[in-house]
Amino acid sequence: MQSPKKAVSTFGIHLVLLTYTLIALWPIFLTIINSFKSRKAIFRSPMSLPGVETFSLKGFIKVLVRSDFEIYFMNSIIVTVATLVLVLLLGAMAAWALSEYEFKGNKWLGLYLAIGIMIPIRLGSVSLLQLIVDMHLANTLTALVLVYIAQSIPLAIFILSEFMQQIPKDLKEAARCDGVSECTIFFKVILPLTRPAIATVGVFTLVPVWNDLWFPLILAPSEKTQTITLGVQQFIGQYVTDWNAVLASLTLAIVPILIIYIVLSRHLIRGITAGAVK
Amino acid sequence: MSASGGRFARFPYHIVLFLAPATIIYTVFMIYPLLDSIRLSLYTTDESGALFFTGWANYVALITDPAWSSAFWNALLNNFKFFCVHMLVQNPIGIMLAALLSLPKLTGRTTYRTLIFIPTMLSVVIIGFIWQLILSPLWGVSETLLSLIGLTDWFQPWLGQEGTALVTLSLISVWQFVGIPMMLIYAAMLNIPHDLVEGAIIDGANHWEIFWHIKLPLIMPTIAMVSILTFVANFNAFDLIYAVKGALAGPNFSTDIMGTLFYRTFFGFQLQLGNPTMGATVATMMFMVILIGVLLYIFILQRKLRRYAL
Repeated sequence: MQSPKKAVSTFGIHLVLLTYTLIALWPIFLTIINSFKSRKAIFRSPMSLPGVETFSLKGFIKVLVRSDFEIYFMNSIIVTVATLVLVLLLGAMAAWALSEYEFKGNKWLGLYLAIGIMIPIRLGSVSLLQLIVDMHLANTLTALVLVYIAQSIPLAIFILSEFMQQIPKDLKEAARCDGVSECTIFFKVILPLTRPAIATVGVFTLVPVWNDLWFPLILAPSEKTQTITLGVQQFIGQYVTDWNAVLASLTLAIVPILIIYIVLSRHLIRGITAGAVK
Repeated sequence: MSASGGRFARFPYHIVLFLAPATIIYTVFMIYPLLDSIRLSLYTTDESGALFFTGWANYVALITDPAWSSAFWNALLNNFKFFCVHMLVQNPIGIMLAALLSLPKLTGRTTYRTLIFIPTMLSVVIIGFIWQLILSPLWGVSETLLSLIGLTDWFQPWLGQEGTALVTLSLISVWQFVGIPMMLIYAAMLNIPHDLVEGAIIDGANHWEIFWHIKLPLIMPTIAMVSILTFVANFNAFDLIYAVKGALAGPNFSTDIMGTLFYRTFFGFQLQLGNPTMGATVATMMFMVILIGVLLYIFILQRKLRRYAL
């Protein structure tokens, strides 16, 4: 009696999950397949896969010829990698100091650095723009990197210090007995041990920086410093009626982050499910 | 001399060295701009750009002066609607997906989890455009889909109508971000002790009863946390509306939220010059709304729920 009923319910569960997966992926899939079709096919049969007759790279050629997509890509990569490296290094250093050493004001400094987890940096934009202009950093990638470090460092410190507290005391004490300096202990002993947490923090830092529109729009909107998100936004604004070009530019913007996600998804999901964002 | 030198040597340079870079960048580019924006909201500028202290005048204008207040209240109300749609649609779907994923012996759960999370990783700008294309009457994809299930007459240009544009944009945002509540609630469900669930099964409870009477009460703190994260993200939102509707948040400001109002006030638009101090005032109001939400969460909700969960 029990087993047919159970089979039905298992089937039902998979049906619901499968349906939702389709809802989640279908729009993205639709965009990618249509970007490889001729204009006529996009309109005549939007939901079919590109075939021998309908296959066309016209959109991609237009995007790559008419705009500076390669510059936008490079800008995004430079900004994201620089932010990532600095957030991980400076964040780990601060997390180590906060979790390892007892000094006056330790708790308060930790709390001060945690404010930024909940309060969005965007709300300070008026003064931030003024500050960046005064420092002669407007329309530079440096401005973006500095702002993104400030934005990402609170969560990085929070996650990393939780993790560092779990590192066994013996390791550090053994090194200290040998007279190794605190800096060497951090770089040679602690940092390598932090690798799993670093991967999680890396994904949490990378995604919002790569996807951000606001700061590129207000701090670095010049043609030379546009990031991919801003570049796509402006490109689509100009080519609204050219569906080949619009779909191709969307596909070009989706694919890199999709690859990064597939490579790093294990770390991201482990980070979330381990309760990193408590 | 030697005593003071000794004390000097004991000063923990390494702690300062470790903390200084992060703290300085964070203070200069995050805390200082936030505080300075609040200060600027108390000033006004003349044509030459000189600052004059005006006290609460900007706030009074924003809340009561018809030139500002209609836009402000409209944006604030729209922002609450935006948030309500997230709470009413995103949380139940997230809970449902998490509950299904955490059922024992489910094959393929990792794959489902990974795939459903994909939209969350993409830029809001890209998601906004994709949905704009899909919902466009020009392309006819949504119309065709509706006709497949016999609902052709239901199709409307949802993004173009004053009455439906905001809800449609909220649902697009829900579609994109449902992965976050799903993951967090899923993690909370995995942490529920097995004994509790097994005990209930022995007592004859089915999955449905276990969900309502054991799992749901235990994940309440997580739902509260998801809600506050959604609240902060929603009241800080900008990209989606700007990407789909532009700075004017049309039609007729029906999709205007605090983020787009802030952008327009700060930088200006076709009908109006930018006003940095008024922009700072709008930003400070956003800051206050978010702060109130966060404080309510920390002091009331979190404590109450902790007690409840224990």
